[in-house]
Amino acid sequence: MRAPLLLELADDELVVGWRDSEWTGIAPTLEEDVAFSSIAQNEIGHARAAYELAARELGTTADELAFDRTPDDYRCAPLVELRLLEWAHAIARRWLYEQADHLRIETLMESDDAELAGLARKIDREEAYHRMHAELWAERLRDEWRFRDAVDELWPYALGMLPEALRPRLCERVGRGMTDTQGFERGSHTQELTELWDEMTSVRRTAPGAQW
Amino acid sequence: MLCPRVRLRRQPCTLERSIGMKIWEVFRQEKKGQAFAHAGSVEAPDAAFAEAWAREQYGRRGESEALWLVPREALREVRDFPDEFDLKYRRVDGYSLKVRLKEARERAGTAAARAG
Repeated sequence: MRAPLLLELADDELVVGWRDSEWTGIAPTLEEDVAFSSIAQNEIGHARAAYELAARELGTTADELAFDRTPDDYRCAPLVELRLLEWAHAIARRWLYEQADHLRIETLMESDDAELAGLARKIDREEAYHRMHAELWAERLRDEWRFRDAVDELWPYALGMLPEALRPRLCERVGRGMTDTQGFERGSHTQELTELWDEMTSVRRTAPGAQW
Repeated sequence: MLCPRVRLRRQPCTLERSIGMKIWEVFRQEKKGQAFAHAGSVEAPDAAFAEAWAREQYGRRGESEALWLVPREALREVRDFPDEFDLKYRRVDGYSLKVRLKEARERAGTAAARAG
């Protein structure tokens, strides 16, 4: 019964990759543009790998899992759904996402399921550099009020990415006290996901069942 | 609730505004053991950003075994090599080696015939 776990991971990676790729062409500098887009592509690559593993168990395909479910069926956290076309917010999410994702991947790497642990190790090889990139930005913008405000605003969403048991460790990582903050929990969705889904699946829905 | 502001243009950020951006020249090694060749450059505020950005720009397609990042200001450029007196013997094309080789072979051939 690892499919639900894999779908959480895959849906997060697909949707965050989709959202971050909205920065292609408009990031603050050309170099960051290339890097941000490349990282977004990596995330979608991780999604594919996780969908493929889940698809084997569920008797379907990665494409069907990625594109043929309704928005309500997605298991992604609200954090990744938000359309953030303001750099402080985009980089704050990237940083918070990497912190939370790291805790999840570490847990998966210790899994007794060799396939799951193997996938997690492969993903982590790339995520190490995503974390490096995000840390550089967080460090540089630490005293910038726009970044701090963005982190404050997104914090309840970041909490919602992880199961209760891992949340204290997330607080520790990002230097925040464990308060009674109500997380934006996985399972509920924002209107922004529906809009994203509509665009993301539009081509595929023009020709249902076609082989691409 | 979060209200995303949509601004579809490059946004000036702290990075550009307050930090001296430097050009880092990027040298790329394609395979182990090969020489590093100049690949291009990245503009970054420090070595760490230069690495993060060069990594994605010059390594994401598996095209690099390793990169060297060098601040442009660390490079010393050398130009102007006067050769006013046509000392062509210092160049590899200074002698016509072909003719000389032919003559040498002929001499050697003659010598060999005499010995026989």
